Amino acid sequence: MRFRLSDDQVALRRGARKLLEGSFGRQALRAAVDAPVGLDRALWRVLGEAGFFGLRLPEADGGAGLGLPEAVLVFEEAGRALLPGPLVATHLAAGSVPGAAGGETVVAAVDGELVEWLDAADVVCGDTSGAVPLRSVDPLTPLHRVARAGEPDPRAALLTAAEQLGTAGRVCELAVQHARTREQFGRPVGAFQAVQHLCAELLVRAETARAAVYAAAVTADPADIAAARLLADEAAVQGARDCLQVHGGMGFTWEADVHLHLKRAWVRARRAGGSTQSEELLAAGLVD
Amino acid sequence: MDLSYTPEEEEFRFRLREWLAEVLPGLPAKPSPDDWPGRRAYDLGWQRMLYDAGYAGVHWDASPTLRTIFLEETEKAGAPYVGAGFVGLLHAGPTIAAEGTPEQRARWLPPILRGEEVWCQGFSEPDAGSDLAALRTRARRDGDDYVVTGSKIWTSHAEVADWCELLVRTDPDAPRHKGITWLAMPMDADGITVRPLRTLAGSAEFAEVFLDEVRVPAVNRVGEENDGWRVTMVTLSFERGTAFVGEVVACRRVLGELARTARGNGRWDDPVLRRRLGRLDAEFRALWRLTQWNVSEAEASGPVPGLGGSVFKLRYSHARQQLYDTAAEVLGPDSLDLDRPWVLDRLSSLSYTIAAGTSQIQRNIVAERILGLPKGR
Repeated sequence: MRFRLSDDQVALRRGARKLLEGSFGRQALRAAVDAPVGLDRALWRVLGEAGFFGLRLPEADGGAGLGLPEAVLVFEEAGRALLPGPLVATHLAAGSVPGAAGGETVVAAVDGELVEWLDAADVVCGDTSGAVPLRSVDPLTPLHRVARAGEPDPRAALLTAAEQLGTAGRVCELAVQHARTREQFGRPVGAFQAVQHLCAELLVRAETARAAVYAAAVTADPADIAAARLLADEAAVQGARDCLQVHGGMGFTWEADVHLHLKRAWVRARRAGGSTQSEELLAAGLVD
Repeated sequence: MDLSYTPEEEEFRFRLREWLAEVLPGLPAKPSPDDWPGRRAYDLGWQRMLYDAGYAGVHWDASPTLRTIFLEETEKAGAPYVGAGFVGLLHAGPTIAAEGTPEQRARWLPPILRGEEVWCQGFSEPDAGSDLAALRTRARRDGDDYVVTGSKIWTSHAEVADWCELLVRTDPDAPRHKGITWLAMPMDADGITVRPLRTLAGSAEFAEVFLDEVRVPAVNRVGEENDGWRVTMVTLSFERGTAFVGEVVACRRVLGELARTARGNGRWDDPVLRRRLGRLDAEFRALWRLTQWNVSEAEASGPVPGLGGSVFKLRYSHARQQLYDTAAEVLGPDSLDLDRPWVLDRLSSLSYTIAAGTSQIQRNIVAERILGLPKGR
């Protein structure tokens, strides 16, 4: 059994991280948060040219001919970087909506009772009648409520889980960095077991979710995806909460990045069918 | 990322399944938990069958993937696990194989593999639990022997063991980790008293062992004198990795039984309970994938599993306790009846967050050795 990243997959992940650090690094993130100007079309085209949306299309159609595992690795990096935009909807529209793969067309989708980035989209999949904007808790994800809920797509659930995994890994790193450097009572707070144990649980949740998400990418089985989704949502939401706690007073400020991860994790947790649906699907499978 | 098996691995699985289907119906009935001689005979008999069929060394020389397949298939078929063979097959044996002399390997390994001798473990002491290096059982050299005095605790199978892998302090003046030695102690030596310890589940699963001037031949020392801590770390690393494969398979089976029981007794209509069962299914699916991840890691980087074992154990031990708490929800008032299934399992599961390193110690290990946080206080 070789359930680990291949050399090509490691290289792909490294490439995606480098691309995002260059085109949407921390400065760009904070600038976007402080002065939201809508979707960055130039960045969207950069993503399109790099193959972010078309990587699963056959090479004959201008794609990279890769599979769900590779898409999951790239979306994990997007989640880690808090990359904004209707990434999942546009990725899934590549090949069927002209211009989506190349990043010229922005595609949004009705997902559950919400639509992300409705006003910025060129094409919207699903019924948006009666859409009402709400004041989104996430400064980088504009939201509309719609009257009729859309059908969740398991592939959207998987890619969302991958983004949550990116947040889970990142908030673990942020918590550990803070715990190593912040000193109180004459020593780094990370020397206190109470803080150490929060950090350890951050890693345990992230690594357990990682195994579930990667396996679901390989099998593409709806039950595996539902399981991956539950674990990844928990790892991201609870991870961001614990990371915030480790940061102490700093964690409650606008300046620290951790609130951005928590808010985005909340938004993603509402996508593609919530936890109730996943739990019911898995429960039904137990008595089949 | 690949979850598939090679044709050779599939062939191994197929032949194992065939063999299990052939031999399991003829297996004698399982002895009662309190019948120690019966349990010894049963567990050693099963090991002998494995030996005759060519599976005896699967814990030692098979690849991590084959070992995983073996544990998965035997559990699914309802075959016995190692039982009284645990310490010999998974602790002492691998240690002797790695650190013993050719004479020591020839003396001790074949009887373990053939199911002829039982080993127990003399590591923990009343004042050395999580802090194992605090152990005080003393051994002084006298001619060709060590003379050992002290006490050990949590020793499983002590009543029926032939040998004990024993940690003793040979240099009380050295730093704690530097004065420890690993000895193989014959359990029929003079001066050994075994007192069974009754657990909260009511059974005598392990014992206290008192040692009063017990003479252990110096040729029974594995590794150098005062090098026992390093030798021990070799042993402990064998306990991680694939150790929980069978248990995860078993938990997934129990979960299915719980769901069917709930549907039969009407509790399935409670959405809170149903969702809890669904979440546990996600949990054990993830733990199975994490096992496969760790096995693949071991396959790639050598036979001794890495720190991934601590991450796994933390998550698994908690999940298994939740599983049996959920069983109690399914059973309702029957959850207080010791004769119902899962009630004793629920009691036993209380040890999972304690045995082989408490969850708190595991979190210290994860924080300091994986995350690189400063040493805790």
